[in-house]
Amino acid sequence: MKIAEGAVILEPGSSIRYETGNWRTFRPVVDPKKCTSCGICWLYCPDIAIGVIQKGKPAEIDYRYCKGCGICANECPVKAITMVSEERS
Amino acid sequence: MKEVISANEAAAIAAKLARVKVISAYPITPQTAIVEKLSEFVADGELDAEFIKVESEHSALSACVGAAAAGVRTFTAASSQGLMLMSEILFVASGLRLPLVMANANRSLSAPLSIWCDQQDSFAVRDSGWLQIYCENSQEVLDSILQAYRISEQALLPVMVCFDGYILTHTAEPVDVPDQKEVDEFLPPYKYPYSLDPEKPLTIGAVGVPEYYEEFRYMLHEAVAASREKLVEVDEEFGRRFGRRFGLIERYFSDDADIVLVTAGSLSGTIKDVVDDYRAKGESVGHLRIRVFRPFPSDDIVDALKNAKVVAVLEKDISLGYGGAIFTDLAAAFANRGRKPPLMINFICGLGGRDVSPMDIREAVRQSASALQAGEVKRNVRWLGLREKILGLRA
Repeated sequence: MKIAEGAVILEPGSSIRYETGNWRTFRPVVDPKKCTSCGICWLYCPDIAIGVIQKGKPAEIDYRYCKGCGICANECPVKAITMVSEERS
Repeated sequence: MKEVISANEAAAIAAKLARVKVISAYPITPQTAIVEKLSEFVADGELDAEFIKVESEHSALSACVGAAAAGVRTFTAASSQGLMLMSEILFVASGLRLPLVMANANRSLSAPLSIWCDQQDSFAVRDSGWLQIYCENSQEVLDSILQAYRISEQALLPVMVCFDGYILTHTAEPVDVPDQKEVDEFLPPYKYPYSLDPEKPLTIGAVGVPEYYEEFRYMLHEAVAASREKLVEVDEEFGRRFGRRFGLIERYFSDDADIVLVTAGSLSGTIKDVVDDYRAKGESVGHLRIRVFRPFPSDDIVDALKNAKVVAVLEKDISLGYGGAIFTDLAAAFANRGRKPPLMINFICGLGGRDVSPMDIREAVRQSASALQAGEVKRNVRWLGLREKILGLRA
C-alpha cells in the first residue's frame, strides 16, 4: 500500500491491523471461577484488548492486542487476573 | 498604491491581503509590530480572522498547525528566541506537510542577550523542512509573503519569509501595495486535501515506526527539493500579474566578474552600491544574492558563478566551529561538477547588530583580490570588522 504524504492515514480504524500482542512479557490470565463479570478490566484496558463483558461470562482477553501492561490485574476487585511470565506460560 | 511603510507593516498587510483566517503569534522584538498591526486589522473589522492570543511561540505555531490541519489559511510571525521556542513545532509542521506561512524578523540569539540584527536564528533552523526566503527590502517582504501562500499550498510545505530586524523591520520605504482584487485573483481560496472533517475521518500525526519513518523523511526531502520548480513558477506568475519578480537568486554584474560577493538579505543593498563604485572604475567585481536558501538553488548558483575566480560569502551567521551556513552549502554545491571550483572565502560579519559598512565590503574585496593574485586561499573563514583590541589580539 502506498503511503500518503505527511504520514496521513486516510483509512479510519486501520490500527486494528497493527497487532501489538508481541510487545508483551507478562500475559493476564483470567480465573473464570473468581471473575464476577463486573467489567472493571474492560473499562480500564487502554488497548481495547478485553471484549465487552457478557453477564455471567468471564472476561476474555484478546492476546493479539494485549501489551501486558497489567492494569486489568491491578484493578480487578476480586483478584481474578494474574500476570504470568510469557516464558513460563 | 504606493505607501511608505516598514517591512513589519508590509508583512501585516500581506497577511491581510492573503485573507488569512487564523493568526496566532506572540510578540517579540523586532517583530512585534507585525502582530500589533494584524490585531488592529481584526479589531477594526478590516480582516475577518480569528486572532488567537497565546502564552508562547511554541503555542502560537501549535495553534497555526491545528488551524492549517482544519484547512484554513494561517499566519504567524517570530524572531530570535521566539523562533527557537517554535523549533519543535517547525519540524512537526513540515513533517505533517501543512501549508503554513511565517514571517521571521532576523535577530541574533542569546547569550549574550542581543535584540539586534543578524541571521543566526533562521539559519539555525535551516534543516526543519521549511522553505526559506531572505528578502532585501520591504517590497520584497510583501510580495514574498503573497508568493509564499501560493507555494506553500501547492507544495504542501511551510514557508518562512525572513527579513533583517531593524534594518528592514523599522525602516520605512515606499512599497507598492497591490489591490485586494488583484491579490484575490492570485490567491483564490484553497482546499487542503487532508483537512480534518468528521464526515471523512483520517489520522494526522501518526507514529512513524522504523519500517516507515525513513520513507516519510525521504518524501519530505524530495518535496522540499522539488519545490524549486514551484518557487520559479509562482515567481513568474507573480511577475506577470504584478510586474515584479525576484528569482531564486539575483545576479548583479555577477556573470562576468572575477570577484563575486555573495550574501542574503538586506546587506545586498549596500553591496550593490559598492559594486557600482568598482564597476565605475572598471574593476571586475559582481554580486550574487541568495534569495531562496531552502531548497538550496545549487545549480543556479554554480551557473551564476561559472566565470568567477574568487567567491566571497558575506553572512550574518556562523555554524560555530566550522563556518557560515551559506558558505558551507555553497562550497558543497561545487562538488562533483567536473571542473575546478573558484577560490572561496567566508566573511562572517554583522553579528548582533554590528553595522556592515561599504568600508567592510571593500575590505572583503581587497582580501579577495589578494587571494586572486596569490592563486590560493590560506584561511577559509574570516571575520569582518572584528575589534581585535578588545580581544587582546592587538595592542
